[in-house]
Amino acid sequence: MSISPDLLTFVFGRLTFEALPFHEPILVATFAVVALGGAGLLALLTYLKVWGYLWTEWLTTIDHKKIGVMYIIMAVIMLVRGFSDAIMMRLQQAMAFGDAQGYLPPEHYDQIFTAHGVIMIFFVAMPLITGLMNFVVPLQIGARDVAFPFLNNFSFWMTAGGAVLVMISLFIGEFAKTGWLAYPPLSGIAYSPGVGVDYYIWSLQIAGVGTLLSGVNLIATIVKMRAPGMTLMRMPIFTWTALCSNILIVASFPVLTATLVLLSLDRYVGTNFFTNDFGGSAMMYVNLIWIWGHPEVYILVLPAFGVFSEVTATFCGKRLFGYASMVYATVVITILSYLVWLHHFFTMGSGASVNSFFGITTMIISIPTGAKIFNWLFTMYRGRIRFEVPMLWTVSFMVTFTIGGMTGVLLAVPPADFVLHNSLFLIAHFHNVIIGGVVFGMFAGITYWFPKAFGFRLDPFWGKMSFWFWTVGFYFAFMPLYVLGLMGVTRRVNHFEDPSLQIWFVIAAFGAVLIAIGIASFLIQLFVSFRRREALKDVTGDPWNGRTLEWSTSSPPPAYNFALTPVVHDLDAWEDMKRRGYVRPTEGFIPIHMPKNTGAGVILAGVSVVIGFAMIWHIWWLAGLGFVSLLAIAIGHTFNYNRDFHIPADEVVRTEGRRTQLLAAGA
Amino acid sequence: MSADAHAAHDALAEHHDGASHGSMRGYLTGFFLSVILTAIPFWLIMGDVFRDARTAAIVVLVFAVVQIFVHMIYFLHMNTKSQGGWTMLAMIFTVVLVVITLSGSFWVMFHLNANMMPMSVHDMNKLP
Amino acid sequence: MSTHTTITPGDADTPMFYLAEEHHPENGTLLGFWIYLMSDCLIFAVLFAMYGVLGRSYAAGPSGADLFDLTTVAINTAMLLFSSITYGFAMLEMEKGRQGPTLVWLVITGLFGLAFVGLELTEFAHLFHEGATPQRSAFLSSFFTLVATHGLHVSFGIVWLITLMVQVVQKGLIPENKRRLMCLSMFWHFLDVVWIGVFTFVYLMGSLR
Repeated sequence: MSISPDLLTFVFGRLTFEALPFHEPILVATFAVVALGGAGLLALLTYLKVWGYLWTEWLTTIDHKKIGVMYIIMAVIMLVRGFSDAIMMRLQQAMAFGDAQGYLPPEHYDQIFTAHGVIMIFFVAMPLITGLMNFVVPLQIGARDVAFPFLNNFSFWMTAGGAVLVMISLFIGEFAKTGWLAYPPLSGIAYSPGVGVDYYIWSLQIAGVGTLLSGVNLIATIVKMRAPGMTLMRMPIFTWTALCSNILIVASFPVLTATLVLLSLDRYVGTNFFTNDFGGSAMMYVNLIWIWGHPEVYILVLPAFGVFSEVTATFCGKRLFGYASMVYATVVITILSYLVWLHHFFTMGSGASVNSFFGITTMIISIPTGAKIFNWLFTMYRGRIRFEVPMLWTVSFMVTFTIGGMTGVLLAVPPADFVLHNSLFLIAHFHNVIIGGVVFGMFAGITYWFPKAFGFRLDPFWGKMSFWFWTVGFYFAFMPLYVLGLMGVTRRVNHFEDPSLQIWFVIAAFGAVLIAIGIASFLIQLFVSFRRREALKDVTGDPWNGRTLEWSTSSPPPAYNFALTPVVHDLDAWEDMKRRGYVRPTEGFIPIHMPKNTGAGVILAGVSVVIGFAMIWHIWWLAGLGFVSLLAIAIGHTFNYNRDFHIPADEVVRTEGRRTQLLAAGA
Repeated sequence: MSADAHAAHDALAEHHDGASHGSMRGYLTGFFLSVILTAIPFWLIMGDVFRDARTAAIVVLVFAVVQIFVHMIYFLHMNTKSQGGWTMLAMIFTVVLVVITLSGSFWVMFHLNANMMPMSVHDMNKLP
Repeated sequence: MSTHTTITPGDADTPMFYLAEEHHPENGTLLGFWIYLMSDCLIFAVLFAMYGVLGRSYAAGPSGADLFDLTTVAINTAMLLFSSITYGFAMLEMEKGRQGPTLVWLVITGLFGLAFVGLELTEFAHLFHEGATPQRSAFLSSFFTLVATHGLHVSFGIVWLITLMVQVVQKGLIPENKRRLMCLSMFWHFLDVVWIGVFTFVYLMGSLR
């Protein structure tokens, strides 16, 4: 019996058995581990009979707190994947000198550095900040949920869908070998005919929809749903940074979407936007992608600045120094971040006038950022500093980020950039600001708000282990790269001739191992804290003596967040309430209006992943079918008008009564 | 839940969220203005009124900008009050970003083209 | 912020820190949709930038002046303008709560929209027939992408319009449906604004020699 090849191509597109990487022992072993682990997990879930629970309580939830937690879980999983890529690169570069070729052939190494960049930015850093904003912002502004709860669930699943596609690329086909921004003409169909760039495009597009919509959602939430009395200048600083970060998301992600659409048109339809011939201009891609790319950096770091502000104020027991200047600095950074994109391609030849303009705007950005550092320092000055784990991260951030900021200003000088462009100095610089800023900020934030989310604190011993290994590991891993970069070593190289460089790469690899221990300590910390949850329990809802509204409700907060909507009279509303003798209401509860769960988000995102997969492998019938069903399901969903319900007053009374007992027992 | 109460609340909310809805007069004014503002540039180009292409382009662009304002005011009901001024703020911000994106890209790409595209030996000698 | 909520009075030292009744924040849909439109605006900005940079890269192929038929474009523009004013009439009827006339004006709006899309497709078919395909040159790539993205938005708007008409028939002019009609109204007028850019920047200026 034989099947006609035409039929096979029609049904499976370009997906064949050869696309499965049986010839790559590393991948086969990884797949075996993932498959066994996955099967074990599925079996365990089935054995524990939690599928129904997962579906009704988590997958279909519209509760911003659970969605925030899911974002962060996803980010931690992807962090492990992205870090595996990192340590493979460090190992390869430490080994491959002279005759030794290392263990990664170039085409595999190229996929690894591309995947590392894409995963770390889009599927670790972005979900971490989105998750944290999702969890914290509604609580900080005294709201019951976000403005569009269903959209929130949908956004999460779209982001997760993008991550799923990236993970699929590990075992079916290949990932892009183009670097994390996939510059054409290399990423064009002529030089990358495989599926790698298509995986890149579709995973980013699907995740991008989620990111954009969650940006819209959080802006509307912050603008419309603040508790009465919370004027703009009484908003907690984290909410301010979240607002600015989401404004940047809404203002820049469309540029990424449009640019990637143009690249996909080049690849799928044969248009000539970024090709070498027929009038295309590859430089325009670089220009456009950095119009998105630079604001993206600030999207990531602004919420981290917000976390540090909250943490510093709380653990110094003082109002944040220079609240207003902090707000203005954030807004100024938001606007300036849109005026600097060319500093990513000074060397491309725009000439002196253009380069100096963008060099100067870049240097100007360091002014508001420096102002922020001074605000934190002055908050600490004469404060009663408690060096709990979040505060440790903050101090380490201030030192590390300042170094990264200064090397950034060096790179902002166009003549210096001509020397350092594309070198390991640049790699060291941006890891310096992203790890020292974003990652440290997210660890500070997770440790700070963890008791709010789960009702028990994270174990401080393992937190400190994680902190020290990360900090020391960071310096070991990246300071050598500064040295190498100054010596002129370029990025994205999997083999070196000059053996005198090797020692620096060995030091960097040692640093990566320390960071690995830091990540492991964090995972152990989660496990140990769960085991010790009774000892670490937070009964009061205010374990750190916090200052903002989220600490006024119980830990974990009830589904409705606040039994009665708080009224804000001052900045640091909860601190104000504690100071002026606020008494927690124990009666007079009323029914609470809440949105209902829905499965539409998971289903729509699932269909989107199928469409993406079909487009990647040119399975046109499946893509068409998927698109039609996507439209049909989306329209069908709008016919559901019954989207909310009321939590009856007596249920609120019961929940709040339990908390009253707990508080009395704790006191 | 009491659907009626909810609906009543929604109606209430809609009234005071300050979304303006326009009037027959407003729509008609907007319509006639845009007809005029569309017709003139089409006539200018189709009738070859200007000899100089650059002048024609500038005049046509000015008409477009004016017409965009007309649409904003009469059809999209932009004003400083609706949604507490946030729509206006969002629009101004977007306009600024659109201007930055467009003018920045043109500026950058113009210089890239001028500097990096193949040039004759004669041009090369004239470079600073 | 919410002005219709009453704050229970407390004394000066310890003011009330919570509301005695349910807080009703303003509905965020219209603002949220407007913000979405602003992001859409930036997508178009990229496409305009692309056209601005590549719009003269003919690659020895046809130019705008060779290809564009301004009469068709003028008729197309008229279709879109008419659809805008008829949507406006629909909104005025909706404000008065008159379901029948609202639906009639919506149908007329949809027909004008269909005419616009139909004319655009005819124009594209004509261009393809002349060999001016998106693959021919960077100019044509950016031209087709910009104009077709606008056309796709209009087509999507028509699908949405039909959906909303069904929903108005089913449920009447309830607040949710009114809000949805207002969102579509913003979408529709926004596309009109984009079209002003398209016909000026692409067609009129592209026809200049």
